[in-house]
Amino acid sequence: MTTKVYVPRETAAVSVGADDVAIAIARCAKENSESIELVRNGSWGATWLEPLVEVLVDDKRIAYGNVAGGDVPALFDADFLRGGEHDSRLGAINDIPYLINQDRWTFWRCGLIEPLNIDDFRAHQGFKAFEKAVEMGAEAVIEAVKTSGLRGRGGAGFPAGIKWQTVADAEGEQKYIACNADEGDSGTFSDRILMEGDPLGLIEGMMIAGFAVGATRGYIYLRSEYPLTHSILSRAIDTARDAGWLGENIQDSGFDFDIELHLGAGSYVCGEETAMLESLEGKQGIVRYKPPLPAHEGLFGAPTVVNNVVTLASVANIMNLGGEKYASFGVNRSKGTLAFQLAGNIKRGGLVEKGFGITLRELIEDWGGGTASGRPVKAVQVGGPLGAYIPAEQLDTPLDYEAFIEIGAMVGHGGIVVFDDTANMAQQARFAMEFCAIESCGKCTPCRIGSTRGVEVIDRMVTGVEREANYDLLVELCDTMEDASLCAMGGMTPFPVRSVLKYFSEDFSSAVGADE
Amino acid sequence: MTREPYDNKTASDIVASFDARPEMLVQILHAFVNRFAWISEDAIRQLAAELNLSRAEVHGVVSYYHDFRTEAPGKHIVKICEAEACQAMGSRKLSAYASASLDGEDVTLEPVYCLGNCACSPAVMVDGKTYGRVSNERFDEIMASLGESG
Repeated sequence: MTTKVYVPRETAAVSVGADDVAIAIARCAKENSESIELVRNGSWGATWLEPLVEVLVDDKRIAYGNVAGGDVPALFDADFLRGGEHDSRLGAINDIPYLINQDRWTFWRCGLIEPLNIDDFRAHQGFKAFEKAVEMGAEAVIEAVKTSGLRGRGGAGFPAGIKWQTVADAEGEQKYIACNADEGDSGTFSDRILMEGDPLGLIEGMMIAGFAVGATRGYIYLRSEYPLTHSILSRAIDTARDAGWLGENIQDSGFDFDIELHLGAGSYVCGEETAMLESLEGKQGIVRYKPPLPAHEGLFGAPTVVNNVVTLASVANIMNLGGEKYASFGVNRSKGTLAFQLAGNIKRGGLVEKGFGITLRELIEDWGGGTASGRPVKAVQVGGPLGAYIPAEQLDTPLDYEAFIEIGAMVGHGGIVVFDDTANMAQQARFAMEFCAIESCGKCTPCRIGSTRGVEVIDRMVTGVEREANYDLLVELCDTMEDASLCAMGGMTPFPVRSVLKYFSEDFSSAVGADE
Repeated sequence: MTREPYDNKTASDIVASFDARPEMLVQILHAFVNRFAWISEDAIRQLAAELNLSRAEVHGVVSYYHDFRTEAPGKHIVKICEAEACQAMGSRKLSAYASASLDGEDVTLEPVYCLGNCACSPAVMVDGKTYGRVSNERFDEIMASLGESG
């Protein structure tokens, strides 16, 4: 009898040895004359357990966590192919609380299926949503997305249905779907987990978007820091095309759609939608003035839907299960689910898809298990490098776009980076300015020059040079950057800086100014 | 990544494989880096001619993006993530350690701002491969393993 063994082929798992584990399992199986089928699945998102190996035993997938290549002979000795007992044995994957207590709307196929196997995808609802969309017609698709309350998951939180409606209504022979996969915020990796674990799900989301707005071409702008994702995604596009799910007259629907995959080149600003469009056109990734909005004049001047990976992938189940069902998750104007990402100094880091309204504390303590170092939480940065540092006293804030704005923070793309009490927050404020100086596209002065001046001012503060005068100057600089920058890079760099001034100002008197 | 010396014919073939579409410039530059490891003045001149762009336009794109280096890199390229999640797990110290231990080696060491491996911080990319949970000891092991494979 052949036993199915799952070893993720996903960046985080591979980064801690999953390939070695896969090779060792194949070798040991041969030596022990065991017949196995090795499946390279995506990750379930329980990253702290990676490499997470599963064995199919009597319809149950028995999980073994934190397996190293060197552990594999012992696993064979423990008869793990029949679910044998071993220190790393976690029980059935469906019984792991970290996973079963989530609301897996968008990520439900990640870990479950073989990402590049189109039959497996089809067996798990694959392309059903597209078929349903074609049956419903474009207008009804847009209505369903509006009903769902889905907002852009890249960070800005703009209602997806309204964006789609705008592009559908715009004049233009050629329209485009541009998928923003330039996931540059530190602490975020949900786009990556989705593209590596369910790439065909993203393709289906783009097809639905294209059908809804009348676009026949899609682009994916993927960051170059994700080489494994690039390899998986480009194979997924080829697979879909070969099977007739991309190209002309898809499955006799009369709808033409194809996708081109582009690589970014290490620029953070290219995650901003207009800079991304410039880069897709082969140019420097310099931010455009808005208006015109990309929905009116986007890629090559044509009406363009620019949506994040998770936004597009969320649409499939909105077709399958209905917009109302999606809207039943979440709170207030933050409907549906978000894939939160627990990162940094956290014991159980990984991806947690939950309805909005859950608090930071629940995520960090119940899922994350506190800090990796075991020390108290000092600050949490939510929403990437442009997000505020939230002090431990505010951990009971519910994750809700508007509730976060109220405390001067942002939910963004859902990245949650935890720092323990050894962190020096003045150093983090300095880094916010430094990062802006490194990554600024240079188009507007407050961002280009302000960020460098910000580093200098903070250096003077921490070395004790006219601390009060420089404090005032830093606040004024933050005002200028916030009010006068063209995009979020310069406009929001002050957020983390201000939060440090507000909650951790004592760190300015104890910090070492220069990098260690 | 290979490190072939720059060659007009190979470069021309790469440009042709993208149908010489000027909007593919960023993608073509990636292909050049994969082949030649870096972007030379010759490459910029040839790209401008074949894509019907000005040299200033091509130079602007090359110099804008971190990925397009204009000097030959060392034998190995080590990128240490110095973004927030990795900072929270000691990447500043790891960078300092790496910088000291690689001193004098033919290795290009540079910061990178997020490898998307933030639940396995600190993260490092060596010759295009991502590693997570990198302690000083693990860093040494990774570098030593490169030596073995040449």
